[in-house]
Amino acid sequence: MKKIKLSLRFSPHLTEKPITYHLIKDYDLVINILNAEINFNKAGKLTVEMEGTEENIDKGLRYLEQQGVKYKIFTKTIIWEEDKCVHCGACTAVCPSRALKMDQKDWSLSFDKSKCLVCELCIQACPINAMDMDFFL
Amino acid sequence: MSKKSFEEINEKIKQGKAVVVTADEIIDLVEEKGVKKVAQEVDVVTTATFSPMCSTGAFLNFGHTEVPIRMSKVWLNDVPAYAGLAAVDAFIGATELSESRGFDYGGAHVIQDLIDGKKVKLHATSYGTDCYPKKEVTTYITKEDINQAYLFNPRNAYQNYNAATNSSDKIIYTYMGTLLPDYGNITYCTSGQLSPLLNDPLLRTIGIGTRIFLAGTQGYISWEGTQHVLSVEKINQSTTQYSGATLAVIGNLKEMSTQFIRAATFEKYGITMFVGIGIPIPVIDEKMVEFLAVKDSDIYTQVIDYSYPKRSKPTIKKVNYQELRSGAIDLNNKKVPTAPLSSLKKAREIALLLKESIIKGEFLLQKPVQPLPDNNEFKPLNEREVE
Repeated sequence: MKKIKLSLRFSPHLTEKPITYHLIKDYDLVINILNAEINFNKAGKLTVEMEGTEENIDKGLRYLEQQGVKYKIFTKTIIWEEDKCVHCGACTAVCPSRALKMDQKDWSLSFDKSKCLVCELCIQACPINAMDMDFFL
Repeated sequence: MSKKSFEEINEKIKQGKAVVVTADEIIDLVEEKGVKKVAQEVDVVTTATFSPMCSTGAFLNFGHTEVPIRMSKVWLNDVPAYAGLAAVDAFIGATELSESRGFDYGGAHVIQDLIDGKKVKLHATSYGTDCYPKKEVTTYITKEDINQAYLFNPRNAYQNYNAATNSSDKIIYTYMGTLLPDYGNITYCTSGQLSPLLNDPLLRTIGIGTRIFLAGTQGYISWEGTQHVLSVEKINQSTTQYSGATLAVIGNLKEMSTQFIRAATFEKYGITMFVGIGIPIPVIDEKMVEFLAVKDSDIYTQVIDYSYPKRSKPTIKKVNYQELRSGAIDLNNKKVPTAPLSSLKKAREIALLLKESIIKGEFLLQKPVQPLPDNNEFKPLNEREVE
């Protein structure tokens, strides 16, 4: 099994098609929607995690291409350098998915990587440069 | 009514008998035992904050080179320092930017590097005089080989501060962090019920000469802070909004630790410095216990719209720190996420450290030699036509 994270862009005529339904049903993929901005008759954006066999992921991606959905596979990940962090919380002000949040009890920062959309807003917002970008592939 | 003097409390500290709790801990104690009992039992309450405080800087004395120089311009790691003092004295301000690295490195970083014992490049120029003929020097310094290095911060530990939001349709970058469009977020910046000047709001025990925890060492309050105003506003019958009081602080940079003072960059705004300050408050009487028992839900601030680039910015709402700490508040029928800029985790660490060092007898209280003023005005600068 393989897991990838990708962002999808739908042109307006595609927003009425049940794309994720087909990815799940026809290609046996586990789709976890991390962020969605889809409005009928407007261009849409989806950030998803896709899990399945390598073969099915390839087929799924080809299906997306055939449908005209533009996609980008994330090759970057955000790294939280915890030893540098002072736990101020400035990054939580800009994190859209609440991957970065403060523990209400001990007021330490926590970072849930699986929720991260790699929007990179935290990198700039961190006053002490404790957030960094890592590349993989 | 029980009253205690600084001397009596210090005697107890020396004998290892002082009862010390943090400003968080006293809240439950008062609820459990009542003000009267706590006033008798507790001797000192520790408060703390760890927040970005722009008005930070350090005085340095470099010593004299063989063939001396009267330094008139000074750079430390390419960051200009102010040298319009004596021959080899300079003041490095936290917000000054590097001439070669811009926002990536500034005065705050120089201070951080010095505290960490790193070598810092000193470059100085001069016009040359009979007694100071040398005109230029480039060398390295560390905190160990210069004479004095002391932090002198003209304005720290703001009593209370605005919370910030942004009503415009654009992202704005401020000293209150990145503010998202259309009331996308709210940031706030005090340690609330743990904050020093919110626990002694009328400055009954805090004044010039007060010994404090400053960035890992023992420092002192040297003066009122700039823009100091001791202002009190009634929100309703039981709650009050304090704001305005500030402190100028001083301490030996050589003894500090970057665990408790750190350079910071606010995107598209500039450089500042997180400063950790802890202040012990003596429980001199029952009135003091009432102040020290203050809770986040009793401390109010205003949410200000920072999208107005004007001196007076509109107040959107009054909120208390419990609401701000909850993670979101209602603004115009919308739930807006809130985020701190001040580290409560670090502030708690400082309050506990201070508590432990008082219990161990390593930190004695210092009675102020003079109170801070209570009649200052907060004046604007009105521009006049210049001939």
